[in-house]
Amino acid sequence: MTQSSPRTLFAKLWDDHLIQAESESTPAVLYVDLHLVHEVTSPQAFSVLRERRLEVRRPDRTLATMDHSTPTTPRGADRRVPIIDLKARAQLAQLERNCADFGVPLYALDNEHQGIVHVIGPELGLTQPGMTIVCGDSHTSTHGAFGALAFGIGTSEVAHVLATQCLLQRRARTMEVRMDGVLAPGITAKDLILRLIAEIGVGGATGHVLEYSGSAIQAMSMEERMTVCNMSIEAGARAGMIAPDDTTYEYLAGRPYAPQDAHWDRALARWRTFAADPGSAHDRTVVLDASSIKPMITYGTNPGMGIAVDAPVPTPSHLSDASERRALEKALQYMALTPGESLLGKSVDVVFLGSCTNSRISDLRLAAGVMRGQRVASTVRMLVVPGSQEVKRQAEAEGLDEIFRAAGAEWREAGCSMCIAMNGDELRAGQYAVSTSNRNFEGRQGKGGRTFLASPLTAAATAIAGTIADARTYVRGR
Amino acid sequence: MEPFVTLRTTAVVLPLENVDTDQIIPARFLKTTDRLGLGNDLFADWRYDVSGAPRPEFVLNRPEAKAAQLLVAGRNFGCGSSREHAPWALLGYGFRAVVSSEFADIFRNNALGNGLLPVALPEAAVERVAALIAAHADSKFTIDLASTTFALPSGERFDFPVDPFARHCMLQGVDQLGYLAAKEPEISAFERARAGAY
Ligand code: SF4
Repeated sequence: MTQSSPRTLFAKLWDDHLIQAESESTPAVLYVDLHLVHEVTSPQAFSVLRERRLEVRRPDRTLATMDHSTPTTPRGADRRVPIIDLKARAQLAQLERNCADFGVPLYALDNEHQGIVHVIGPELGLTQPGMTIVCGDSHTSTHGAFGALAFGIGTSEVAHVLATQCLLQRRARTMEVRMDGVLAPGITAKDLILRLIAEIGVGGATGHVLEYSGSAIQAMSMEERMTVCNMSIEAGARAGMIAPDDTTYEYLAGRPYAPQDAHWDRALARWRTFAADPGSAHDRTVVLDASSIKPMITYGTNPGMGIAVDAPVPTPSHLSDASERRALEKALQYMALTPGESLLGKSVDVVFLGSCTNSRISDLRLAAGVMRGQRVASTVRMLVVPGSQEVKRQAEAEGLDEIFRAAGAEWREAGCSMCIAMNGDELRAGQYAVSTSNRNFEGRQGKGGRTFLASPLTAAATAIAGTIADARTYVRGR
Repeated sequence: MEPFVTLRTTAVVLPLENVDTDQIIPARFLKTTDRLGLGNDLFADWRYDVSGAPRPEFVLNRPEAKAAQLLVAGRNFGCGSSREHAPWALLGYGFRAVVSSEFADIFRNNALGNGLLPVALPEAAVERVAALIAAHADSKFTIDLASTTFALPSGERFDFPVDPFARHCMLQGVDQLGYLAAKEPEISAFERARAGAY
């Protein structure tokens, strides 16, 4: 494609970072502006560097944090916490050693900026429009909300980027996802993205980068846009992106790593060029009417198995495709659900408010709004896990922690927590949870645990009711 | 990385679509700093019961699975988490290749980078392979990477797509880091040209 033909947002970023174009026999060499690192997917990459006597090429474009296997129990005055799990402790110590040896900045547990990697990048202003951003983590797609090309990579590729600041890539196709209309009261960005994934399926966007557009997207705050882009990977997409606009620039202004003064004006002029050209063509287009969306919830064992909260659980015998029928039967068996049953009113054991999808301050505000002056049902354990220490401080400054605590919820330290259940926060076998995280795979939140993915509003309403609740009733009722 | 040229092997079938990497290797096994030793934990929650005993009905626990170096699965294999522990666990168990009608993007990259060959065949072909195995567990299949063909026991062949560069690396047993590192002059020139952009 020549420079003069109209280009998609993805095409602009791709062209802008191309060191070597792809050919039939070789992939493209793509430059990476920002590389985020965490404890779980990096140790073997640093080992490769050691084996080959290589250095980290650009420590100044690399940032590490601890989030996946870190405890969220209260920390001491030094912000440290004893880590009982020996393997997790060894892995965290390895990250500290690797960062020290290779000169990579690390926001360890005792750092005021520590948090989930996809929460702190944007919060610190590291994530900026026009950048290529990678991390050994599939939810790197989150950062696409800023008009960045951001995607998850494997550990071998983490080594590639550490050593060369580059990746070998084949160009992805693009899919435009246009969402127009106004979300009804009680409906959130999470419901919108769950609906999209239910519509196109968990493999629906494989090989594609999603470009979100339309009035529903434009009306969203940055945090809502991050929720949408975060779950792009759950439709199989390589990345999700939204063109930057004034909402983006307002969010970034004044953040610690955002450009300042004269640099800001120069950056802004550049950022404004990152929009799809009129007339640029996508390989596919999907259109969704945002105003028709109801609170969404998953009933099965992948994020595409989602329904409106007031809809019946699907019936396998209604499916014509044999393998889809088998998958649904297996999912319902794991979830111990009956075809046709209603999820509304179903008892749950745990409510988890957190994860890189929904642990930002606006998510906590939404939930606190529903829970103010209310009690978590006595049969429910509720965990509230802020996405970063910054979110935690902000929530405490606003008194949100008091609302949660007074309701009987647990107010925890920042981390991935029960989203991935590596740190001791986990479901017991057979337990049901409503979770604001992004994956309901078998065992994801603890071996044998059963997950219903939903929005922070649905999570809060469910915590109070003790059973799966329709968030709209709680929002209207206030 | 071990070179991959040809493979002649029996296979086991996991007749499920959307097998995610959380099933291939559950997150609690990711607290390792090593690439080795994950084979025992492959599909742990499907393979073992609560007491840790093998579930006899799970495919990998059947006697004929022992020698199989090929896994045949439903579409969108390897979706979800980007964990490279998934191909490490499959390789650690003894698989060298996976057949499916579609692979998730990150999984495919991770597999290729480690010498685990993702063989994408048309859905009808995958069903035929599964049916052949169901009829004769000792059916042998031949994968030839140089010609990118997958052969049934009858000799009938299917072409499968592989990125030419990844194929070259796998045939030679070299990884991609060396290739990238050799681009150093171009990388430096690129950085100089856009200094100050960020
Ligand atoms: S919160 Fe969950 S999805 Fe997000 S980075 Fe952590 S483990 Fe991954």
